[in-house]
Amino acid sequence: MTDLAPLPDTPTDAERDDFVIEVEGLRSQFGDHVVHEDLNLNVRRGEVVAVVGGSGSGKSVLLNSIIGLKVPEGGTVKVFGQDVSRGREDGGLERRWGVLFQHGALFSNLTVRENIEAPMREHTRLSVREMEELADLKIALVGLRPDAGALKPSELSGGMRKRAALARALALDPDLLFLDEPTAGLDPIGAGAFDELIRDLSDSLHLTVFMITHDLDSLYTITDRVAVIADKKVVAEAPVAELESSDHPWIQEYFLGPRGRAAAKATAQGSRA
Amino acid sequence: MAEAAAKREAPKREPRGWHEMTVRIGKGVVGTGYDAFDTLVFAGHLLIVLAKSVINPMRIRWASVFSLAERAGLDAIPIVAVTSFFIGAVVGLLGANMLREFGAQVFAVELIGVAVLREFNILITAILLAGRSASSFAAEIGSMKMNQEVDAMKVMGVDPFEALVFPRFMALLVTIPLLTFVATLAGLCGGLAVTWSVLDIGPSFFFQRILEYVGPTHFWVGLSKAPIMAIVIAGIGCRQGMEVGGDVESLGRRVTAAVVHAIFAIIMIDAAFALLYMELDI
Repeated sequence: MTDLAPLPDTPTDAERDDFVIEVEGLRSQFGDHVVHEDLNLNVRRGEVVAVVGGSGSGKSVLLNSIIGLKVPEGGTVKVFGQDVSRGREDGGLERRWGVLFQHGALFSNLTVRENIEAPMREHTRLSVREMEELADLKIALVGLRPDAGALKPSELSGGMRKRAALARALALDPDLLFLDEPTAGLDPIGAGAFDELIRDLSDSLHLTVFMITHDLDSLYTITDRVAVIADKKVVAEAPVAELESSDHPWIQEYFLGPRGRAAAKATAQGSRA
Repeated sequence: MAEAAAKREAPKREPRGWHEMTVRIGKGVVGTGYDAFDTLVFAGHLLIVLAKSVINPMRIRWASVFSLAERAGLDAIPIVAVTSFFIGAVVGLLGANMLREFGAQVFAVELIGVAVLREFNILITAILLAGRSASSFAAEIGSMKMNQEVDAMKVMGVDPFEALVFPRFMALLVTIPLLTFVATLAGLCGGLAVTWSVLDIGPSFFFQRILEYVGPTHFWVGLSKAPIMAIVIAGIGCRQGMEVGGDVESLGRRVTAAVVHAIFAIIMIDAAFALLYMELDI
């Protein structure tokens, strides 16, 4: 392990207040197969953090544990200071986070507008008209055409579906946004545009973003910090530039392989221009 | 990494032959145990949702209850009516032919009455709905699960039992008794068509005889099974749907299982009711 990517020490109380996501000693397993062992990860308010790792390293399991879809076998997961795996009857957390699933997970029997209204209908007492107006606002916010609101998810292209799902995730103006492989399945131009959209939104709406990604370009363009999962735990947590000089074999292979170098070069050129 | 590789180098030998069979039997037995446990979990979760809905009926998603009731109930009327019409006619025809040998053809009316009012109305309705609704419930919920829509619901703070399962129970609880009534009428009409054309027993005589010699008890016996059948069909359909994993194969398997289990359960329950009512002398 390198000193350039230190694991966080025990945080002070002041810092702890500012942690939106706190994962401590997480242990996940399926039968005999242990996916995570003693995994720690903290995300501060306003950060854009990406999690990378090889296939099967448990990125999605980590995400599912944080958003409460999987009860961890050990350790604690806190979001906004609340333990996710127990006692969440008031719906307080669900109002403050939005989740963009890998394939959008839009409700297929509802139109895009109804999909965006669904969280509002659950958690607010807005009138039908207000919900419609808000939904149209969100549709515009994610860069969809106004007439997309009346379409069913099956009538949308992959990129539009992701944008519609992002609009639904943003429906309640969350503080925290989870993205599961946001650019997977998009062409490079679409992926670039989507990255830009997420960066813009997180800047203008002061979102904390937690994302899982494979996309090196996304890492270079939008993240503040990258957490690398390998050997069942987070082996490094640092900005991309620092990770490049890490001596962990997997990280080296990941960032200094041909694709990593190309992405780094592209970013360097982009920032010079 | 090196440790992991070293572990992988000595894989356990796959069991073969007799050993493999014992492993499979063991897995089956353990799986049945887990299934039973999961069924209890499902029932418990549903009871909690039921209690919450009784306390606060505003929680019930009435829009989806009504739209499901339309799809599962109203749209099923033609098939239920036609099928029980023909069942009634077949019972009438068989009865008429057999009883004519003893010169007792008039008893064909009682035969039709008892068979239709007590057994075939609910049985036909339940089996048709098992094929129509249990499968569609399993497929709908299953594909929502595959598409992560159920996960999306959960992270939105929506209980899928409240949004998906409970409305389906409500829809069937309302529509199956009504469909049973439709099936009863259609079955009697089928029987009447046969007695009228073959035995020359007209409608007024037919219905008078039904009233006098069959009576409403048989109808209530048939109808008393309707809520149980509704719970079984909705329960099996929804539970199989919720069990769907991420792959297409499991969707197909679960939909098939929903129909097969539901039909099996319907016939078992009907047999149990027949014994129960016989003992009770109803």
